[in-house]
Amino acid sequence: MAQNLHIDIHHITRVEGHGNIVVNAKNGVLEECRLDIVETPRFFEALLRGRPYTEASHITSRICGICAVGHATASLRATEHALGVALSEQTRLLRDLIFFGEMLDSHVLHTYMLIAPDFFGVGSVIPLAQVAANAVLRALRVKKLAGDLCAVIGGRHTHPIAMTVGGFTHLPTVEEIKALRERLILARKDMDDTITLFKTLPWPRFKRETEYIALSKPNEYAFIDGAITSTDGGSWDVTDYKTITNEHLVQHSSSKHTKHKREAYMVGALARFNVNYNFLHPKAKAAAQELGMKPVCTNPYFNSAAQIVEMVHSVEGAITVCDELIARGIKPEKPYTFSGKGGAGVGACEVPRGTLYHDYEIGDDGRIVNANCIIPTGQNLANIEADMRALVPQILDQGQDKVTLALEMLVRAYDPCISCSVHFLSVKFV
Amino acid sequence: MKPQVAFFDFTSCEGCQLTVVDSLQTHLDLLDMVEIVQFREAMSERGEDYAVAFIEGSITRESDEARLKEIRERAAVLVALGACAHIGGVNAIKNLAPLHDVRKYVYGERAEWFATYAARPISAVVKVDAFIPGCPIDREEFIRVVNALLRGIKPPIPDYPMCVECKLKENVCLFDKGGDCLGAITRAGCGAICPTYGDGCEGCRGLIPNPNRDSMQSVLAARGLTPQDVMARMTMFGSYEISKA
Ligand code: SF4
Ligand code: SF4
Ligand code: SF4
Repeated sequence: MAQNLHIDIHHITRVEGHGNIVVNAKNGVLEECRLDIVETPRFFEALLRGRPYTEASHITSRICGICAVGHATASLRATEHALGVALSEQTRLLRDLIFFGEMLDSHVLHTYMLIAPDFFGVGSVIPLAQVAANAVLRALRVKKLAGDLCAVIGGRHTHPIAMTVGGFTHLPTVEEIKALRERLILARKDMDDTITLFKTLPWPRFKRETEYIALSKPNEYAFIDGAITSTDGGSWDVTDYKTITNEHLVQHSSSKHTKHKREAYMVGALARFNVNYNFLHPKAKAAAQELGMKPVCTNPYFNSAAQIVEMVHSVEGAITVCDELIARGIKPEKPYTFSGKGGAGVGACEVPRGTLYHDYEIGDDGRIVNANCIIPTGQNLANIEADMRALVPQILDQGQDKVTLALEMLVRAYDPCISCSVHFLSVKFV
Repeated sequence: MKPQVAFFDFTSCEGCQLTVVDSLQTHLDLLDMVEIVQFREAMSERGEDYAVAFIEGSITRESDEARLKEIRERAAVLVALGACAHIGGVNAIKNLAPLHDVRKYVYGERAEWFATYAARPISAVVKVDAFIPGCPIDREEFIRVVNALLRGIKPPIPDYPMCVECKLKENVCLFDKGGDCLGAITRAGCGAICPTYGDGCEGCRGLIPNPNRDSMQSVLAARGLTPQDVMARMTMFGSYEISKA
């Protein structure tokens, strides 16, 4: 059936930042299919040049209000690798804990407040509160727990204060950790109810094979550090990230695109699920089974389901870390002092939306000489467009409204954090 | 009819809008008092004309100005939400270097594709009726300001320095712990949260009225900071003020 279609969704709502979807089809043939990024560039890499290394994590956490802990952590890891700073076990545990908190915070925001309204056919979480009040109250409760967890460790979630090179400027008390643990135990029920709710929702059916990339570690579901790993095979040190990401500019986007072996690859919860399934907590594996997903899952809409799996994993992971911290106690530690010798280093983390790289060169004066950040959404843009090109011909005969909703839901499933993706990397000049 | 409230963002990290969402966790009653008509971050519905428009983010390109002016025309009260909108915030760090270098560093030979100009607070473009400082804003302060605006009174934003608040909390001063801090010239109201968590105030809430910047700088210099480090401290959030002067 001949179909003409013109879709131009200006400023997709319920995604972080500013993106436009443009689709043009004539006589049933797809002519154009783009995700435009119109967010204003923010130039973070340039902002860092010449600043003291101590400021980097505080400046870069301002790239994204949702992934503030993730940016701070990747930034600190880059600095710590550059300066050869070793971390104590206590610092690792506290960073793991705050990371679980941010993962939970971001995923609950995305699945309940930004994705669920589509399933209920309402425009936002505010009318959702009328049709599914319990669900919204549950989301607010879990989000508050996650935010409070981050605040206990970092002082606040959006732009943590206490995270610093080599450790923390403030430590929580064992009593605070115990109180968190109790609330995390109660959150198990909220996780069960979350699975019950989302497994009954009408998840769109669509499949497209692609390459999935995530950090991986020998014995754990990697969030901080690890080796870059692909479902197409292969594993690389994070210092080789540029051979994976191959960033390039496209004119319709102020965010750089990436590609590896195929035309595009995907990062984020679904990619981590596909790469690191074996290391999920048993309860998280059970959640995946209930949600009807197993690796390798190639339905991008299931990125949100993978986020629910990771919420379960994060609650369990946080409980385990709390147990360890309670058992070993919290001890004051000597702060790191600069040796007067600079260096270069890469830090990589799995933030809620995928792999994040910070790459710094620090001078002997302690000032940043060069900086490069590669954020997850930039890596996913090419893959989103590839999905759109595969999806639209399959649903073209359903009419403009349905196609529009399907595309909006697709873009939202990736949880794109567009404000982060528009800040960009340093291009080296010769 | 409930007053219509809207949120808009320009160049920002959206952390202030997220803080607004988080403030609803403990103040759900707010949703009974106002009707939110524009909140792109969390809604698909769109409305018109606003009793209060909150603006997050700095203005960083010429094409932003028309949109901001249009919002101004439609808003009875316009509020700067957070440091980016209030004082330029971290976005204005780029104003310290030549714009061309900044663009070229990030976008290379494609620099011309991406429009940008010196980052500025929204008050550089339109009249602003009130501001909520901070990077990010403080949740409770947000609620207090909304309540005041709905009752038509001046929002209760402190104009005394952070040190007052910090001493009340009985924190050990960073200067006594070998650190440094901008508390003496920074507007209070965040509960001195950074010193409380062991880190010096970075000045995200902006300067108090009539700050003694010179004496602040000599205190920092006496602490052993190089002139470059002193400049770095003063410009994390204060770049717009300083690059303008
Ligand atoms: S003031 Fe800070 S938290 Fe608020 S939008 Fe700007 S960078 Fe984000
Ligand atoms: S720590 Fe900072 S805010 Fe607190 S008293 Fe000292 S200088 Fe003032
Ligand atoms: S202590 Fe200073 S930097 Fe920290 S939140 Fe308050 S005003 Fe901002």
